[in-house]
Amino acid sequence: MMLDLRLYMLQRLSALVMAPFVLVHLGVMIYAIQGGLSAAEILGRTQGSLGWFLFYGLFVLAAGLHAAIGLRVILHEWTGLCGRALTGATWAIGAALIFLGGRAVLAVTWGGA
Amino acid sequence: MPDAQATLSVTVSRGGYDSRQRQIFAVPAHENQTVLDVVSWIQQSLDPTLSYRFACRVGMCGSCAMTVNGVPRWTCRTHVKKVLDGDRLEIGPLRNLPVIKDLAVDMEPFFDKWVAAEGRHHPTRGRAEPIAPIDPLDAQRQTANAGIECINCSVCYAACDTVAANADYLGPAALQRAWTLLNDAKDGNRQGILDAVSGSGGCHNCHSMGSCTAYCPNELDPMSAIAGLKRETARTFFKRRG
Repeated sequence: MMLDLRLYMLQRLSALVMAPFVLVHLGVMIYAIQGGLSAAEILGRTQGSLGWFLFYGLFVLAAGLHAAIGLRVILHEWTGLCGRALTGATWAIGAALIFLGGRAVLAVTWGGA
Repeated sequence: MPDAQATLSVTVSRGGYDSRQRQIFAVPAHENQTVLDVVSWIQQSLDPTLSYRFACRVGMCGSCAMTVNGVPRWTCRTHVKKVLDGDRLEIGPLRNLPVIKDLAVDMEPFFDKWVAAEGRHHPTRGRAEPIAPIDPLDAQRQTANAGIECINCSVCYAACDTVAANADYLGPAALQRAWTLLNDAKDGNRQGILDAVSGSGGCHNCHSMGSCTAYCPNELDPMSAIAGLKRETARTFFKRRG
């Protein structure tokens, strides 16, 4: 019911996936704000780009899984939530994060253009 | 330093699991005195109904562990002057285990988890076969040796905040035992041990807070043993699925 080996591995692997994404994300941010920053400039880079769609799409997926598993542990240890309620909460948190993140990714890569 | 006339103000946690009270006793202070001496003096001189547990008095049996001024300790090996707060001493039962009465806790959940972690010997040979030779300098043997002085006193289990928050967690002592057996060439159930520590209450719940290692009276290192189990289960994860 709590953190077994499969969830542990999923959280470690999602962290492994996220590590380079975080570095690239921060690196591009620092690079891109040189000489000012505008929404048009960002959208010009991301809209219609399959590369950025895959980059942030995978990032959101990994972050959603990683955070849901971590919050599951905190919920169990701090509130005593367990069983189906805990499983439900884990899925709800993961789904909400992936939905919100996915919407944002679609908006900047697919939308407009 | 307390002299022979001075007294200690000793607060003892009393009662069964459903009703707890604190009772304060005045106990003569001595230059050389352990916390177990204080508890025994109260029981022998002031209140014969005080319940507590001890056996060897020399740090071998692991039965006298209690909470002393908020810290889990062997009371037989704890000198009063080392833990005294002014003239005050507060003594309670171990945390994370059901209280039977006063200072005695029910150790059953602790030992049940020891068994659930496969913390028992799984023989590789029968009685009639010759004993397998073991090289004492072998690295794996030394890893096993690091944990064999555990005497099941439950101090680490009482110190563990993860046990406090998650009743299913097997705890540091049982997991350290599993790690010791995993590194023992004479143990024949590696896979069984790895499976036993990979379940919902297994080693992956440990947050490496380190209270077990900080408070172990034998100066063992259960936190590193649990880290070893995490490494080994992760290393064999895909192999086992394939």
